[in-house]
Amino acid sequence: MNPLELARAHPEAPFTVRFDGREIEALPGRTIAAVLWSAGITAWRGTRGEGQPRGVFCGIGVCFDCLVTVNDRPNQRACLTPATPGADIRTQEGTGHDD
Amino acid sequence: MTERATLPPPTRPDLAVIGAGPAGLAATLAGAARGVHVTLIDSAPQPGGQFYRQPAPGLGARRPRALHHRWRTWERLRTGLDAHLAAGRVTLLSDRHVWCVERNTDPSPAPFTVHALLGPAQDESVAIRADGVLLATGAYEKVLPFPGWTLPGVVTAGGAQALLKGGLVLPGRTAVVAGTGPLLLPVATGLAAAGATVVALVESAAPKDFAQRARVLAAAPDKLAEGAGYAAQLVRHGVPLKLGHTVLEAHGGERLESVTVAALGPDGRPVPGTARRLPCDTLAVGHGLLPHTDLADGLGCRLDGPAVHVDDEQRTDVPGVWAAGEATGVGGAVLSLAEGHIAGRSAAARLRGAVPDPAEWAPADRARTRSRAFFDGLDGVYAPPARWAELVTDETVVCRCEEVTAGAVREAVGSLGAGDLRTVKLLTRAGMGWCQGRMCEAGVAGVAGCAPVPARRLPARPVPLGVLAAQPDRPPPPPPDR
Ligand SMILES: Cc1cc2nc3c(=O)[nH]c(=O)nc-3n(C[C@H](O)[C@H](O)[C@H](O)COP(=O)(O)OP(=O)(O)OC[C@H]3O[C@@H](n4cnc5c(N)ncnc54)[C@H](O)[C@@H]3O)c2cc1C
Ligand code: FES
Repeated sequence: MNPLELARAHPEAPFTVRFDGREIEALPGRTIAAVLWSAGITAWRGTRGEGQPRGVFCGIGVCFDCLVTVNDRPNQRACLTPATPGADIRTQEGTGHDD
Repeated sequence: MTERATLPPPTRPDLAVIGAGPAGLAATLAGAARGVHVTLIDSAPQPGGQFYRQPAPGLGARRPRALHHRWRTWERLRTGLDAHLAAGRVTLLSDRHVWCVERNTDPSPAPFTVHALLGPAQDESVAIRADGVLLATGAYEKVLPFPGWTLPGVVTAGGAQALLKGGLVLPGRTAVVAGTGPLLLPVATGLAAAGATVVALVESAAPKDFAQRARVLAAAPDKLAEGAGYAAQLVRHGVPLKLGHTVLEAHGGERLESVTVAALGPDGRPVPGTARRLPCDTLAVGHGLLPHTDLADGLGCRLDGPAVHVDDEQRTDVPGVWAAGEATGVGGAVLSLAEGHIAGRSAAARLRGAVPDPAEWAPADRARTRSRAFFDGLDGVYAPPARWAELVTDETVVCRCEEVTAGAVREAVGSLGAGDLRTVKLLTRAGMGWCQGRMCEAGVAGVAGCAPVPARRLPARPVPLGVLAAQPDRPPPPPPDR
């Protein structure tokens, strides 16, 4: 059993997104966090101070641990942002700004 | 409901309902049926809130109810909402993050302006005028720190549920669900039903805690049946329930690999020799919920502890502002529905210049009284281990955003002499990062041994400077002194 089977999901055609240059399959409607989790990726940010890996934590837009760079826009919350075809998703290091 | 027919459409007052969870939906239906126009605003792409979170339409779920409870209630709410939308009595604004509700000093053309950012890019703000505002913003999860809690693979219990219900994705293959509170039960059963191996449900409340409150629990047979239903599902999925246990530490390098759990003794400390290491790739953890009060706070509404203060009609102490659901205190979906219904009815009457008759919402009032009594009773059952802060090592990061360690907090209190949370914050930067202390406030307060103070977080959401610069004329007035 998996969640798609449990909910008897018949998703629309999948598309690809890039994560740090590598192609990943995404189902339409899923957030970036859901797409990355389903590809087994759990970390997509390095903290500002210690460079520690972080990914999704609260899942509802409150904690800001899941920040990621999408199509050159830093600081996007992966748990709220839907994945779009061809999106270029990159691990975010530091503050996400050029400093 | 006879007054509805006699009301000419142009005089319909506008009510802005913020939050489309159980409370906001119940309020919207009650208000729209009784002569107000409702603008329902929610940051999510679809209505439903946390409890009725829906899978994204692109996923084509034919049986979303497999992940839900009380699906019939959702169907009723959804049908009602659709009817009001079609009739133009409700306007639904999804994907709008409200960052400020402004009380206009000059009430023309309306007493309130709701400012919302269009998501997910959030670089454009819309302003919605309203005669009244109803806050139904729900709650978020409280997680107390422990060594390893920042490892990827450690998520909040509600977050795991959100990924599952909204994205139809599991946060991992082998999960431990831990912490305290009634939310852990649906999370553990949901993960197991969707195919995860749930290694254990680790609940710090002990059997004796439940026994001591047997009378409170017995007064709510429906809730007991719900709990028993979850327990039966846990057994069916082979999930061991470890009552009176806690997670001591999460282990891993780049990501979570295992957790150590131990039994708690009567003094709230782990019992020596009981520690066990459980391999897992996911830890879903939570210690209860905290109300979302930023917007209420910005309006100058009185708070009672962590929750928005309301009267019997669900009115806040700011005229024209109502609040319902978990923003006014945590108590589950049934309570949220009852409060929302009452708030919507009160708002509809008051905004039309009438005095509502509480007898008209007597059933909702009874449901509210029962649920509140039940959750007050539960509060004493589900409490984190009394000595949890002692288990937080000095190296443990307690403020996730600013990477402040427990050692730094202890130093601020010890050698630097900080006596309250504000000073701790100033000395350590704990709570000053992106989340504005939402995730660390309880943890930092516990480690520092200070009382938590309601933080002021304005605006309620991060707002790009360009949006603020583009705001026309007056800036939002400062909230009145309290
Ligand atoms: C992550 C999470 C998962 C949960 N899952 C379950 C579960 O599976 N089962 C269960 O019994 N209970 C669950 N709960 C408990 C749940 O909160 C309540 O039982 C119930 O949903 C509360 O209803 P509500 O209407 O008060 O708030 P909610 O359902 O939380 O609805 C609040 C709504 O307000 C919106 N909102 C908040 N702030 C803003 C803003 N500034 N701008 C725009 N919109 C805003 C949110 O997007 C949300 O849709 C969960 C709680 C959380 C935090
Ligand atoms: S996981 Fe907390 S904001 Fe995205």
